[in-house]
Amino acid sequence: MASLQGAVLDKSIATSEPSELTRSRIASAWLFLAPMLFLLFLVAGWPLVRTIWFGFTDANLADLSSWKFVGFDNYLDHEDGKWIGLLVDSEWWRAVWNTVRFTLISVTLETIFGMVIALVLNASFPGRGVVRTAVLIPWAVPTIVSAKMWSWMLNDQFGIINDALMKLGFISHPLAWTANPDLSMIAVIMVDVWKTTPFMALLLLAGLQMLPSDCFEAAKVDGINPVKVFFKVTLPLIRPAVMVAVIFRALDSLRIFDLIYVLTSNSKDTMSMSVYARQQLVDFQEVGYGSAASTLLFMTVAVLIIVYMTVGRVRFDKE
Amino acid sequence: MRRLLGQVGLYLLVAVIIFYAVFPFYYAIVSSLKPASQLFKLEYFPTSWAWDNYVSVFREQPFATNIFNSLVVSVSVVALSLLLGVTAAYALGRVQFRGRGVLLMMILGVSMFPQVAVLSGMFELVRAFGLYNNLFSLTLSYMIFTIPFTVWVLTTFMRGLPKELEEAAVMDGASPWTIITRVFMPLLWPALVTTGLLAFIAAWNEFLFALTFTLTNTQRTVPVAIALITGASQHELPWGNIMAASVIVTVPVVLLVLFFQRRIVSGLTAGAVKG
Repeated sequence: MASLQGAVLDKSIATSEPSELTRSRIASAWLFLAPMLFLLFLVAGWPLVRTIWFGFTDANLADLSSWKFVGFDNYLDHEDGKWIGLLVDSEWWRAVWNTVRFTLISVTLETIFGMVIALVLNASFPGRGVVRTAVLIPWAVPTIVSAKMWSWMLNDQFGIINDALMKLGFISHPLAWTANPDLSMIAVIMVDVWKTTPFMALLLLAGLQMLPSDCFEAAKVDGINPVKVFFKVTLPLIRPAVMVAVIFRALDSLRIFDLIYVLTSNSKDTMSMSVYARQQLVDFQEVGYGSAASTLLFMTVAVLIIVYMTVGRVRFDKE
Repeated sequence: MRRLLGQVGLYLLVAVIIFYAVFPFYYAIVSSLKPASQLFKLEYFPTSWAWDNYVSVFREQPFATNIFNSLVVSVSVVALSLLLGVTAAYALGRVQFRGRGVLLMMILGVSMFPQVAVLSGMFELVRAFGLYNNLFSLTLSYMIFTIPFTVWVLTTFMRGLPKELEEAAVMDGASPWTIITRVFMPLLWPALVTTGLLAFIAAWNEFLFALTFTLTNTQRTVPVAIALITGASQHELPWGNIMAASVIVTVPVVLLVLFFQRRIVSGLTAGAVKG
């Protein structure tokens, strides 16, 4: 009886004339979706529209209700024979470069380390559970806490990292990791790699575990070098999983805020696009200018997502 | 011989990975247990067992209130996002209708959103609702990142449930609400635990909105409270207190994660791999 009903349900989807039952199901589906969609509109759609709008005004945080429409002046404006605005703001471009540099380096390192850890976790050996448990700890530590823990370890006078490096003979005098302009980005990347490699490793491990085991057994029987197997068999097979993980991480890195804000505060050497936008918005109260910066960051991420979805031909509505 | 070398290499690598993953947290615990006088003496192993820092972190600022605030926000975020997530996942996972693919794509798109892109609009909203410096502003704004993955993961689980169950219920004349609460909820418990935990951790750790929408010490959540612990001057940060506070807020999360690790791993990868 139940399967007969199923056949009816399936058939009604295929035909253009939906049955009474299907129609009422679809109606209730929208009813169930409504609260979620409303809240998502309230906290994402509407604020995004307002932010983009504020980017075209001279709004100030002290009084958000009085503002003047200024067109593209926040982006680019010619005044007293000089070009001003975000697009010619060297600090903004520096924040862009910091963000891009940070994303490229940290995601690359995380992919490599994540792959190593995933391969280790995919091998069977006694004590594998312990490794997986240990690897989850950095992921579980709140970002703010990991920033504080590392800034204590990286402390120039009393930090354990300087001490260890000096004892091992790598450096002759303590380094000011978070204050030195040449080192602060390295410090940020170091902490981010520690914190997010586990996530990468888990995604890659999930990819590895979905691979068919027979071709690996065949390779093993043929006595092929494991390194060769990795590059010739494993890597091509899990490339889709790697791509998804890299995209997830890259989009996440592009919006980085908390780690940089806590580790190096508003230093120009490490300031990311999000840190720059928030500084304009909240610290300088320049809602118009800050919103323009936020909008540019949003556009960058949106374009990347669209490109990825088009190129990767990602389909979301598959069973 | 080569096999043996391989085994030694593997265990060496394992040792390095474990050390790398665990050491920073271990060192925070060691540092937090040192009295102020010994904090600046470098030691790799715990030599003292002093709880001074743990006492003073609660005495010098309203840290207990901050923990309470974080709990209130995180629990309310979990409750609200699960309620909305389950109903939405039923519609997206069990009913075929036009526009479903677009909706799923839109929801995934929101999860990729840079949070700073909604900051000024959200600020205006929070002020318009009179929620500035109110914990509910955080419950509301955290929905922007908890709803997408809750809906996404629950939809994935929902799709995997056998069709026959629902069909039998429909035959018996059950309404969609009854189907969700009576038929699916009992089966969805594992998924609810997973998504609930992920939402809890995300809310517990959030920083940008908490920093921006709260003003006074008594309304702050723990990440903001820890970030803003300051000493007499910029260069005299009370590291002992900071480490003690860090350990206090991290231990519960780490225990949760370790206890539920299988569930969390499956939840983390469900969206990404199957998407």
